[in-house]
Amino acid sequence: MWNDFPLLPDNASKMGFQIDLVWWFLVALTVVMTVLIFAAVVTFVVWFRKKNDGRVATQIEGSTQLELLWSGIPLVILMGLFGWGTAVYVQLMRPPADVMDFYVVGKQWMWKVQHPTGQREINTLHIPVNKAIRLTQTSEDVIHSFFIPAFRTKKDVVPGRYTQQWFEATKLGTYHIFCAEYCGTKHSQMVGTVTVMTQDDYQNWLAGVVAGESPEETGKKLFEGMRCVSCHPVSDKTTTIDGAPARGPLLAGIYGKEVALKDGGKVTVDDSYIRESIMRPLAKVVAGFEPVMPTYEGQLSEEQIIQLASYIKSLKGSEENSGAADGGAKK
Amino acid sequence: MSNTISPAAHQDPHRVEPDSGRETSTYLNNGYGWKSWLFTIDHKRIAILYLVSISFFFAIGGVFATLMRLELATPKGDMLQSDTYNKLFTMHGLVMIFFFLVPSIPAVLGNFLMPIMIGAKDLAFPKINLLSWYIYVVGGAATLYVALTGGVDTGWTFYTPYSSTYANTHVVPMAIGVFITGFSSILTGLNFIVTVHKMRAPGLTWFKLPLFVWAQYATSLIMVLGTPVLATTILLVGLERLFHIGIFDPTLGGDPVLFQHLFWFYSHPAVYIMILPGMGVISEIISCFSKKRVFGYSFIAFSTLAIAVLGFLVWGHHLFVSSQSAYAGIVFSVISMLVAVPSAVKVFNWTATFYKGTIELTTPMMYAVGFIGLFTIGGLTGVFLAIMSVDVHLTDTYFVVAHFHYVMVGGMLMAYMGGLHFWWPKMFGRMYPEFIAKFAAVTIFIGFNLTFFPQFLLGYMGMPRRYHVYPPEFQLLNILSSAGASVLAVGYMLPVFYLLWSLKWGKKASANPWGAKGLEWTIPSPPITHNFESIPVVTEEAYAYGSEPTITVGPGHQNPNPHYKDDPIV
Repeated sequence: MWNDFPLLPDNASKMGFQIDLVWWFLVALTVVMTVLIFAAVVTFVVWFRKKNDGRVATQIEGSTQLELLWSGIPLVILMGLFGWGTAVYVQLMRPPADVMDFYVVGKQWMWKVQHPTGQREINTLHIPVNKAIRLTQTSEDVIHSFFIPAFRTKKDVVPGRYTQQWFEATKLGTYHIFCAEYCGTKHSQMVGTVTVMTQDDYQNWLAGVVAGESPEETGKKLFEGMRCVSCHPVSDKTTTIDGAPARGPLLAGIYGKEVALKDGGKVTVDDSYIRESIMRPLAKVVAGFEPVMPTYEGQLSEEQIIQLASYIKSLKGSEENSGAADGGAKK
Repeated sequence: MSNTISPAAHQDPHRVEPDSGRETSTYLNNGYGWKSWLFTIDHKRIAILYLVSISFFFAIGGVFATLMRLELATPKGDMLQSDTYNKLFTMHGLVMIFFFLVPSIPAVLGNFLMPIMIGAKDLAFPKINLLSWYIYVVGGAATLYVALTGGVDTGWTFYTPYSSTYANTHVVPMAIGVFITGFSSILTGLNFIVTVHKMRAPGLTWFKLPLFVWAQYATSLIMVLGTPVLATTILLVGLERLFHIGIFDPTLGGDPVLFQHLFWFYSHPAVYIMILPGMGVISEIISCFSKKRVFGYSFIAFSTLAIAVLGFLVWGHHLFVSSQSAYAGIVFSVISMLVAVPSAVKVFNWTATFYKGTIELTTPMMYAVGFIGLFTIGGLTGVFLAIMSVDVHLTDTYFVVAHFHYVMVGGMLMAYMGGLHFWWPKMFGRMYPEFIAKFAAVTIFIGFNLTFFPQFLLGYMGMPRRYHVYPPEFQLLNILSSAGASVLAVGYMLPVFYLLWSLKWGKKASANPWGAKGLEWTIPSPPITHNFESIPVVTEEAYAYGSEPTITVGPGHQNPNPHYKDDPIV
C-alpha cells in the first residue's frame, strides 16, 4: 500500500502539462483564498471576542467601495481563468493533421479497440509514443466514458453517436484506462491499460498480432456484401457498379464535404452523418434523391458501421468526382 | 425591544414564561395525543414533524454511507457485491438529497421561523403546508419500499439509457417516490412565496427582512420553477421504461444526452436550493454572536437573488465531456464562473461582519465559522470544475464527490446544525448543553475534513467515482477517508443524544437567550400557538444591534447567555 502510493499522478501526454498548469494555479488560488479568509475570521474571533470590558460592537452598515472591490477583483481573476482554461480546451478539441485514427466501442463491461491497421484489442491499448492518436468512440448499450488519467483526458462514449478525443503520449509506460461514467454492475471493472511504446516496439507489436483486415478492407467487403453497391455509385457518378442508374448519392470523395439536403438544409458529411444515414436513412436525404433507402438498424454492429464509414472515408474522389458529388446533389 | 413592537402590543416581552413555574400555553402543550400532531395546521408543529422525518432519513442515508466507506477501506470488493454497492451509493444520494438536504432548512427551520420572523401567525396556506408534509411522507414511503425490496442502482442521477432500458432494479417505484416528493417542494415553495409577499407585519418592508427570509424566498422561487422540470423528466424516464416510448434510448430513436440536459436543468439549481437557506442561517448566526448588523445587507440579499437566477443558466457544466457542443460548453463555462462572484461576495461580507463585533464563540457560531471555511473550499473547487480543460480530467472522479460534499455537508449541513442549535431554545424552550455541543461541533469539523479532503487528492490521481473496486495505489487515501467517516459518524450521533436529553433536562430558555434581534426573539420560548398575541408593528431595520436596550432579559435572568459564569451548564 505504501510503496504504491504516488505523490502525484503520472503526467504522460502532451496536453497534460498545460492542464496541470491551470490546475496548480487553481490549487494555489484556493489555498491562498481559504487561508486568508479563515485567518481573517479566526483573527477577528480572537481579537474581537466579547470580554467584560464593556466594549460594544461597532455598527457598520457596509461599504460600496469594498463591495465593488471584492466583486470586481474576483470577476477579473475568474474571467482570466476562464480565458486561459478555454484556450487550453480549444487545443484539446483540435488534433494535428497527421493524427492516427483508432476506434473504440464500449459495451457492458469491456472496451473494444481497433487500430488503423486492423489489429484489435480488448481492454488494452498499445500506442506509439510521440504520435497524435484520435479515438472515435461509440457504445453498444449505455453511456460509458473512456478515461486515461495519466493523459488528463476523458470523453463519454455514447450510444447512437460518435464522440472523439485525441492525445499524444510523451512517456513510455503502462497507464490506467477507466470507465468514468456509471454503467451498471461491473462499472468499476470496466478498466484496462494503455501501453505507450517506442515506434519500433509498436511496429513489432503490430507485427506480432494477427492483423486481420484494416477497417477499410472489412468495410469494402461489407459495402459489397450488404449490397450498398447496388444503389450507391463508387466511381461513376450516374450508374452503379452493376450499370444500373444510381438511386443513391455518389460516395467517393464525399467525406468532409458539405452536401445539400432535400429539405433545403445542408450537412457536412462526417462519421456521425454516415452513421445516421445507415441507421435512419430518411432523417437527412441528399437533394436530388428519393427517400428509398431501408434502415440497417439492428443488422450491423457498431464496429461494422465504423468499418463502413472507414471505407467511405477511404474512397478518394477525383477532382471531377468531387465536383460530381456536388453536382449530383444539386440535380 | 420596545422599538420593534408597537406600544399597542399587549404582551410583555420581558417575561420569561418557563421560569414562572406555572403551566403556560405554548404550541407544544396545546393538545397532546397523535391527532393533535398529525392533523395540526400549526406551522411550528409541522416543522417538528419534518424535523423527525428528515432526521430519520438522514440516519438511513448515513447507514448507506457507512457501509460504502467500510467497503472502500480495501481495494477489493470483499464485503459487498458490486450490485449491492451500486445500490448503496444510489440510495445514499437519493435519500440525502431529496429526503434530507432539500427539505432540511426550508421545511424545518424555514417552516418554524419564517412566519414568526415576518410577524405572521402562520404561513399563508396552513393546510397546504400540512399537505406538503404528507406528500413528503408518501414519497418517503415509496423510497423505503424500494430500499426494503431490493433497491435501485442507477445512481441518483438516473442517467439514460441505463435507467430507462438496462437497469433491472426498482427504477419505476423510485422514480415515483422522487416525483411525488417533488410536489412537496413545489407546495412549500409556493406557500413561502405567498407568505413573504402577503403576510409581512405592518412596517416590515422588504429591506427590513432578515436575510434568512430572503434566502427562503429565493430558494422557494427555485423550487417552484425547477422542480416541475425534474418531475417531467422523471415521468419521461418512467414512460420510456414502461411503454418503450423512444425519448432517451437511441435504439428507440431517442437521445440519451437530452436526459442529462433536462435532469441538470433542475438538479443544478437544486444545489442552490440546498445551499441558499444555509447561507441565510449563517447570516443570522454571525450577526447575533457578533452583536453587529450584517455587513452589506443589500449586497447579500441581491447576491442571493443573483445566485438563484444565474443558477438556472449553468446546467451545461455537468456535460463538458458528454458530447455537448464545445460552443455551448464555452457559454456554460463562462456563466458558471460568473455565479462564483455572488458567492464570493457573501463570504467577504460575512467575514467583514466579524470585524469590530463583540464575538461569542457559541456552538452555532462555531458551526458558522466552520461553514465559512468549508464553503470557501467547496466554492473554489467548483471553479476547477467550471473550467473546461481542467474539468475534462476531474469530472466523474472523486474530486467531484469531494467538491459537492464540501458544499452540501461542509456548507449546508454545518449551517443546518448551527441553525438547529441557534433556534433550539426557541423551538423547545430548553437550552442544549453547551460544552458537549461544542465538542460535537469540533468532532464533526475534524471528521468531515478527514473524510472528504483525501477525496480531492483521489480525484486528481484519477480515481473515478462510483467504483466498487479500485487499484491498490488508491488505498491509503481511501483508508483515511473511511477513518474520517467514523469520526464524522460519532460527531453526528452526539447531538441526537444531548438534544433529546435537553428536551427534558435542559435548562429552561428565556425568550431571548442569545440577546438576539429579530421578531422570533420577542416572543416566549417556546412560542404560543399563534406566535403573537397581537400583530407587531415593525419600525426597526433587521439586525439593529446598535439600538439600546438590546433585548428582553427576564427577572432572575440577568445574563441569559449560557456563557456567563452564573450559568451552571457551562
